[in-house]
Amino acid sequence: MSKIIVQGMAQGTVLKTTSPINFLGAVDKKTGTIRDEKYDIFKKSIKDTILVFPHGIGSSVGAYTIYSLKSNNSAPVAMICTKADLTVASGCALANIPMIVVSNEEFNSIQDGNKITVDTKSENIFN
Amino acid sequence: MELTSEEKAALNGEHGDTLQTAYRILVATGEATNAEKLIPITWAHLSGVNYNTIGDAGEQFLRELSKDARVKVKATVNPMGIDFDHISEFNHIDDEFIKKQASIRDSYIRMGVEPTFSCTPYDIFDLPEKNTQVSFAESNAAIFANSLGGLKTNKESAFSALASAITGKSPYSDLRKDNISTPMTIRMKMDNPSELDFGMLGFFAGKVGDTSVNISGVSQPNRRSCKALCGGMGTSGTCAKFQFVDTEDTTSEKVDFGKEEMNEVFDELNTAEKGDIITLGSPQLGLEELSDLSKMLKGKSFEKRCMIFCSRAVQEQARTLDYINEIERAGGEILSDCCTCLTPLIDTNETDAITTNSIKGAYYLKNSTGVDVNLKPLAKIIEDETK
Repeated sequence: MSKIIVQGMAQGTVLKTTSPINFLGAVDKKTGTIRDEKYDIFKKSIKDTILVFPHGIGSSVGAYTIYSLKSNNSAPVAMICTKADLTVASGCALANIPMIVVSNEEFNSIQDGNKITVDTKSENIFN
Repeated sequence: MELTSEEKAALNGEHGDTLQTAYRILVATGEATNAEKLIPITWAHLSGVNYNTIGDAGEQFLRELSKDARVKVKATVNPMGIDFDHISEFNHIDDEFIKKQASIRDSYIRMGVEPTFSCTPYDIFDLPEKNTQVSFAESNAAIFANSLGGLKTNKESAFSALASAITGKSPYSDLRKDNISTPMTIRMKMDNPSELDFGMLGFFAGKVGDTSVNISGVSQPNRRSCKALCGGMGTSGTCAKFQFVDTEDTTSEKVDFGKEEMNEVFDELNTAEKGDIITLGSPQLGLEELSDLSKMLKGKSFEKRCMIFCSRAVQEQARTLDYINEIERAGGEILSDCCTCLTPLIDTNETDAITTNSIKGAYYLKNSTGVDVNLKPLAKIIEDETK
């Protein structure tokens, strides 16, 4: 069962991590590159991806990081989480990045590297 | 989420762009936290003030927003990147940073916030009566408010707290209700824990806990330790509340925090044998901590640079009470309106590693400022680094 947090439509390649993301500490807001070596997606860029991760953690200012990524054209085109937190939800709301919350089963079924579409107006929100 | 007709009108843009943006944020965060409605709040504490954290996009956003937006309730703000009173002593900071930081400061002031520039609003103001609904971004302050201050807040984001300040409302999420589900108890197994140990406990609890955790095996930690616990917890997870419990219930999951768990956190965040400089105050130091520090420094002097961060309001009180004299005599540099986290006052061209007692500070020094960290409790810092 999916839940829409921020509406929109986007197509892109999945970048998936099982680590919760601290946007302020771990993501370079200019380039979208993950700069914390403890992440399994270290050195990868979240730019133009459909970013699939459990949820955000840490600093409340991470919302500005998401807004900055969008302003610098380095943001994901959509985000999919298993739990919505206020930092990611509000960052996506202001930056107009479609965001949905999915069940653990759906999360597990999404494959890293696949091309998928997120469309909050469609019956199947992602496919 | 159910909105009143007034709220719906604002969301549809009938009351202008500013309120539409604010309500869009409140609705998204309300959906995210399964809130059924919006409720009034009386105090918002905003994060997103340091130019290093919000960047050009944030500076422009606030400049535009502040042309029209005004806060509707009491609003306080987080630290900036620099202390304008001391900026001439830090030659490495470029004019661009100073200009952008001043613009951010002025935007917040234009919106009507109280210029506290502090991550410890609970050290500056008397807290309102128990169960008052507030909206605190700044994770350590939200955790402090919920766990020790008797207040109710979400672990707000920079934007959700800003939207709350402008509208006077916030989603009625689980954390705002009574009887918050607390499915885990963390058993503190360390004897005589220092504030550094409490910071590590917080970091661990934030990682393993969900929204709220019980902590057993702890007896009346002092304020320094409580703040360290809130700071550590806010850094590592989504956990927004803890309660100390004397006796363990039978239903919650039990997780031990002993030597092994502590070493794991220590090894993750301690990356240097020694520091080139010392920083104290993440969260910023309160009056009680400055009083303690001045006593601990009696007859001693720092052998290296020591930057000490506290809010301006606390600094002024501490000067009146004569705590600052002793600290400055010992070579401590008192800085206000900014804090260890992401301050450009630390010159990374000249600094490879920093000694601190703060877990929160350590995380951001390493991951954002890009320096190594040497972690020690305050007592050990004073033993090793003064003569």
